[in-house]
Amino acid sequence: MLNTVIPIAYALVAFAFLFSFIRLIVGPNAPDRILGLDTLYVNTVALLVLLGIDLGNPIYFEAALLIAMMGFVGTVALCKYLLRGDIIE
Amino acid sequence: MLDILLSLLVLTGAGFTFVGSLGLLRLRDFYTRLHGPTKATTLGVGCLLVASSVYFSTHHTLSLHEILVTLFLFMTAPVSAHLLAKAALHLGVKSLAPVPPAAGPGPDGIGKPKP
Repeated sequence: MLNTVIPIAYALVAFAFLFSFIRLIVGPNAPDRILGLDTLYVNTVALLVLLGIDLGNPIYFEAALLIAMMGFVGTVALCKYLLRGDIIE
Repeated sequence: MLDILLSLLVLTGAGFTFVGSLGLLRLRDFYTRLHGPTKATTLGVGCLLVASSVYFSTHHTLSLHEILVTLFLFMTAPVSAHLLAKAALHLGVKSLAPVPPAAGPGPDGIGKPKP
């Protein structure tokens, strides 16, 4: 049953990627684009976890953890730049 | 039994991820769009991580470092949403919500509009 569910989950996560990428491209202003980027990295974590379950390889979690941390730092840096005009004051 | 539980968790997680991104695409102004990814997508990724924790705990040795990613995501999503809302307010992004009607003057005249 898991073997039939995982392709459906891949398709759903791929559509989620597409939607957040569209928001990243067309977003009318800067916070919208940052939100699209934020969603894109959360979707990447989901895709890596799915890949780990599908291939039965636990090494993908290290990548997922790294992307989660780096994505958060990136979002905070971009927001700080919008708020203050500088990242490290 | 375990297979059904895992399938349910994977499907729920992918479904919530999809719905969160759909909300990001379809909702109409920035402050409502902020709801989709910060709640639905975080819950979806949490479900997927719990599914993979169960999968690797039953197929290999006990594996708990997915819980670490889950905790990290659940802690950082509100922080980044707060910062994004603050940045949007700072830039003056317009909201579609109607401005609430002005409060009438109180019994002692406080709040009366100035002529």
